[in-house]
Amino acid sequence: MTDTPAIELKGISKAFGPVQANKDISIRVMPGTIHGIIGENGAGKSTLMSILYGFYKADAGEIFIGGRKTEIPDSQAAIRAGIGMVFQHFKLVQNFTVLENVILGAEEGGLLRPSLSKARGVLKKLADDYELRVDPNALIEDLSVGHQQRVEILKALYREADILILDEPTGVLTPAEADHLFRILRGLRDEGKTIVLITHKLREIMEITDTVSVMRRGEMVATVETARSNPSELAELMVGRKVLLRVDKAPAQPGRPILEIENLSHTDASGVQRLRDVSLTVRAGEIVGIAGVSGNGQSELLEVLGGMATATGSVRLNGHEIPLTGRKADGKTRRAQGIAHVPEDRQHEGLIMRFHAWENIAFGYHHDDRYGRGTLMDNVALRRDAEDKMKRYDVRPPDPWLEARNFSGGNQQKIVLAREIERDPEVLLVGQPTRGVDIGAIEFIHQEIVRLRDKGKAILLVSVELDEILGLADRIAVMFDGRIMGERLPSETDQRELGLLMAGVTEAPAGSGLDAVEESLRDKERREAARHD
Amino acid sequence: MNRMPAWADAVLVPLISILLAAILSALVILAIGENPVAAFSLMVEGALMRSTGWGYTLYYATNFTFTGLAVAVAFHARMFNIGGEGQAMIGGLGVALVALYIPWPHWTLALAGATLAGGLFGAAWAFIPAWLQATRGSHIVITTIMFNFIAAALLNYVLVNLMRPVGAMEPASATFPPATHLPTFQDMFAFGGTLFRGSPANVTFFLAVLACIAVWLLIWRTRLGYEIRAFGHSDTAARYAGISTVRITVLAMLISGALAGLMGLNTTMGEAERLVLNATEGAGFIGIAVALMGRSHPVGVFLAALLFGFLYQGGAELALWTDIPRELITVIQALVILFTGALDNMVRMPLEAMFGALRARRGPKPKPTSPRD
Repeated sequence: MTDTPAIELKGISKAFGPVQANKDISIRVMPGTIHGIIGENGAGKSTLMSILYGFYKADAGEIFIGGRKTEIPDSQAAIRAGIGMVFQHFKLVQNFTVLENVILGAEEGGLLRPSLSKARGVLKKLADDYELRVDPNALIEDLSVGHQQRVEILKALYREADILILDEPTGVLTPAEADHLFRILRGLRDEGKTIVLITHKLREIMEITDTVSVMRRGEMVATVETARSNPSELAELMVGRKVLLRVDKAPAQPGRPILEIENLSHTDASGVQRLRDVSLTVRAGEIVGIAGVSGNGQSELLEVLGGMATATGSVRLNGHEIPLTGRKADGKTRRAQGIAHVPEDRQHEGLIMRFHAWENIAFGYHHDDRYGRGTLMDNVALRRDAEDKMKRYDVRPPDPWLEARNFSGGNQQKIVLAREIERDPEVLLVGQPTRGVDIGAIEFIHQEIVRLRDKGKAILLVSVELDEILGLADRIAVMFDGRIMGERLPSETDQRELGLLMAGVTEAPAGSGLDAVEESLRDKERREAARHD
Repeated sequence: MNRMPAWADAVLVPLISILLAAILSALVILAIGENPVAAFSLMVEGALMRSTGWGYTLYYATNFTFTGLAVAVAFHARMFNIGGEGQAMIGGLGVALVALYIPWPHWTLALAGATLAGGLFGAAWAFIPAWLQATRGSHIVITTIMFNFIAAALLNYVLVNLMRPVGAMEPASATFPPATHLPTFQDMFAFGGTLFRGSPANVTFFLAVLACIAVWLLIWRTRLGYEIRAFGHSDTAARYAGISTVRITVLAMLISGALAGLMGLNTTMGEAERLVLNATEGAGFIGIAVALMGRSHPVGVFLAALLFGFLYQGGAELALWTDIPRELITVIQALVILFTGALDNMVRMPLEAMFGALRARRGPKPKPTSPRD
């Protein structure tokens, strides 16, 4: 290891209009290390990496790669400088093979065949060196998310990247897939590659990085050796104040069953069955958490229960059957019956981004008498209600005239939560309550959900964050491929067991659990492929 | 992102757009060897300086207000109703049937009956495309424009074969009975003088103003309007809230069609006093430009309708008194549509950047919004 940093940024600043996204940021990343960059949403992590990859031009500052001052006006220059980037949303051509995707943009000559056979050789070597095994002839659309991510890494390595930047790489992975990714990253580091990992998950920082930089509001507030730090110190640096990392709640006192789901099945518009005979009961005063890798039917379960999709089977609310098809299977009826719904996608479902906060405060409940009788709406009552709720849920800024899109993710979520919880529903459906939400707001949101539980309400929570499920739920059901794979109590399970269930393995076989996961994922891929035919 | 104050968005952008269109029009007029200043003063003279000119300008503006509102209401539900032309034709048919075949004792009753009929006929003509869109997914742009052709053919058939008085040579209905004559501006404001003499503006103009108020109430004060806007912004969010796609699509289009149908009052009952072929004269399409320029807001629609009324009347004057060919008037109108509708962002983006720079110089904003992370 030399003393020359692989990456050195000096005094990088970048403003978008009046917003200072990066303020005088300096950072040194030594070669052969894994360097984490952590910060809340909007802290400027992605902006910084986009500058490094040539997407944005910094207003001020210098970039040194391997000790040499480097201008990076575009991504081609970044690639020439040996920088590879794996985006959160993959940039792959779905109906191309792995091989074709790898050479895309790096073809040599007018004919494809020489490049393809060269790539085939390189891929084989990379696969052997770093456990980066992917079938080069498979179509991207047939691959699992984890494998698609490997293709992205392969693309970077094929372009001879020495520096690999990964933006929130584990957001879409099962714990087992994430473990595998980390093994790959460690292998790459041991070969002398430099890795920059952008994440908001403290656990990952602790697990894999050598050094970590913390960003807050566009500034780099600290760079520390991971081994000499701890999660609560990092969280404090991120938020700027002390935060409670675990959910503070009393043991649940489950009462009678409120929501009884039996043999619920749902097939989506493209003919794929998304729910397969799901049966589940949620009792008064308990939070049932649905764990699973995204895309395994959790979203559809919430949509069916929230009245956004039709289904077969039976759902009883307080013992009364609720219709699952026809005109009465809509959100309006469900709300009237006492089912409130905090949807997974607040920007496209829970809020109208171009509506003022006060208009959003009634969204879904706009037929209520308190918002005016007859055809006309009482806008004054709406605004008063919004002001009141925004104050109580500490929405910042507490301005009812601001459009929803002008609030941060956490404050948008608070608006939705205020609307749904304050209706005092029998059942609260919550999807990804803290996705894209700052740590400070997460604490508040969790407290509000627990508060509603303690009032004796039934809560069904869907989250892809296992930590959140483990911390918040009183009972955990794991979904895989549209089925409930099993139920566990948080006190009697761990990440590993849940991870296996999430990958579709009910009984952990003898030997390595990870092999079983791999096998089952391949199984799932084959099934998905068969569906496409 | 850079955003500019609301007043700049509502006033500055359209004004600059019109200015650009005017400059380009002036260049075109120069190119064919005419004097743009003289042409412009002739337009102003003909459309705004005399009461008769005003009478024509307001008559056209009435048409454009109705069709502009029709397009605007559909826009709020994110639907592009380009069938205003056909809906207005069929609305005119409804007006004519009521005016001809019901013996009205007084024009006020006749107006009420014709309003109902025009609205209903226009709405009915919009219903079929709306229903097809809501339940079958047939795109409303395609179906409404098709329905324009069907409406024209239907009107042709009805006029030639059914409503044409025996012995008449042109495809037009009989003249309406005198009891259905709507007061013109001349009747109302001339007091025996020459004010508004011979101009077609009539009491329907006030109906158009009422329609503006009604649409404003509908969109921003009623539950239905709330649902229409919510649906227009995000159909997934509408589904989440339990707002029925079919209901909103159909209702918004019914209202849109009814507004377009009401235009028939002005042309058929107010001006011609009989049903003629092509009474709409493309006003259905001008409505699209009016709605775009008016930002789908009733006040904006009304102002834009006035502007287009001026262009229509001023253009007619140009054709009458100068060698500038009729086609060039269309070119000028098209330029205004191009700049205010299609090239909106061309003006908006530099303005936004300018306001952003101004704000940045004034120091950081008090409440920073998060950049994308």
